Amino acid sequence: MIRLENVTKTFRTGADEVHALYDVSLEVAQGQIFGVVGASGAGKSTLIRCVNRLEEPDGGKVWVDGEEITALRGESLRQARRKMGMIFQQFNLLSQRTAADNIGYPLEIAGVEKSERERRVLELLELVGLEDKARAYPAQLSGGQKQRVGIARAIATNPKVLLSDEATSALDPTTTDSILDLLQGLNKRLGLTILLITHQMEVVKKICDHAALLEDGRLVEAGAISDLVADPLRRLSRAFFPPVIDIPRDPRAVHAAITFLGSAADEPILANLVRKFDVDVNILGGSIQEIGGRRVGQLQVEIQGEQMAAAVAYLGDLGVRVEVIK
Amino acid sequence: MNIVEWWPRLIQESLTTLYMVGVSTLLTVLFGLPLGVLLVVSDERGLSPRPAINRVLGVVVNLTRSLPFIILLVVLIPFTRWVVGTSIGPTAAIVPLTLAAVPFFARVTENALREVPSGLIEAAQAMGSSEWQIVSKVYIPEALPGLVLGIALTLISLVGYSAMAGAVGGGGLGDLAIRYGYQRFQTDVMLVTVVILLVFVQAVQSIGDKMAAKISKR
Repeated sequence: MIRLENVTKTFRTGADEVHALYDVSLEVAQGQIFGVVGASGAGKSTLIRCVNRLEEPDGGKVWVDGEEITALRGESLRQARRKMGMIFQQFNLLSQRTAADNIGYPLEIAGVEKSERERRVLELLELVGLEDKARAYPAQLSGGQKQRVGIARAIATNPKVLLSDEATSALDPTTTDSILDLLQGLNKRLGLTILLITHQMEVVKKICDHAALLEDGRLVEAGAISDLVADPLRRLSRAFFPPVIDIPRDPRAVHAAITFLGSAADEPILANLVRKFDVDVNILGGSIQEIGGRRVGQLQVEIQGEQMAAAVAYLGDLGVRVEVIK
Repeated sequence: MNIVEWWPRLIQESLTTLYMVGVSTLLTVLFGLPLGVLLVVSDERGLSPRPAINRVLGVVVNLTRSLPFIILLVVLIPFTRWVVGTSIGPTAAIVPLTLAAVPFFARVTENALREVPSGLIEAAQAMGSSEWQIVSKVYIPEALPGLVLGIALTLISLVGYSAMAGAVGGGGLGDLAIRYGYQRFQTDVMLVTVVILLVFVQAVQSIGDKMAAKISKR
């Protein structure tokens, strides 16, 4: 649905050159919620803005729904943009328009007739749960309500793609959750493909099924969340489960990160281990989290005993991922 | 000298001032608003960058603004005659008044539009708005409170300029104050005209403030 091919963008200020994006390629399939994470300044914002050409890439190609966006100009680019919705960190609502008129804006510029427009706006207000705020101006709305208006506006013309530029970064945790629920609902009900950028791992955990890590303008990792978290050595996995570092290690023990996925997370694996192999298991840290709708657990442990090598092998046989940390 | 005898004259000159200033303001907005929009849009980081046009416009605006009004008034006499058929009288004064105020209002418009957050312009672009739609549906409505204040400011400046319109037989309150109040030492006439002008300026400013506050939904 969205494809970036070798996209490059360099900003020049005087003699300085900053590679905001360096040869970035990625693909988002129909119906996915794809999250791009990275520290601030990693080029996330530039990446998403290249998709609808708010930012002009210096090189590379961008396709959306089979159309090469980077080849479009003038009116054809405007038409293509009407098939992509976008939401923003600062909401970017028109302050002189009511919520209803903000939502109606994309319909208005697309030349939708007034009565049809009003019908659609009511439908959208209901969809985002703001029926009673139709006549309110943005200044009278809370942050979460503003973003709901922003979302309704972004999907008013039934786009296939939604671009989300740090849409929850200015919101408190509870409001963030409700906005993420709304986005996930739209993804499920309307089959909306969502490309989002964020610096909040929570967002990726909660709604993304695919993710990519951007670092200094380069795409370091990308893939399905389930694959990424199952591999403790992956950078994104580390971001979900920050390793415990400040613990003195026993040189005689095996130090390992054990990742449990799905049903394995429910079984008393460690208890079995101790019983079967007569080893000492010392838990250094760990957590069980909901990631992409699945329960994923990770434990960092020290295993010590005569049969510790066999114990580690046994864990591998059970289908849990074990990574021996040296 | 009894001031009561002056009332008919004062009323007549007040109306002349209102006429000159009112029509000039209307024309100023008509020409200055598009010019201000052009200044913003053609900027190198604007909607439709045209650096050459932008620079030329900037120079023309600054040139006109740096010319003292009384000089402009005289320089424009042939042009005024060509436009309205005469270079004398209040209608003739409207031409230089408008020409002096257009660059001023263009800058006021430019500033008001620059106050519109760039995020709003980007959102409008992301939704596939044309340049004209961004100007008419985003820039101008969002900048409207600032523009209303700018119009009040322009009106007030024009009241000041109009005092010099006497130089081309334009008449009006300012002319009355200079000719009778100053040159003939009729202090009472001077005083009354000053009071009328003061009240007028005050009224324009507070009406402008109230309107801007009412329009603004921010």
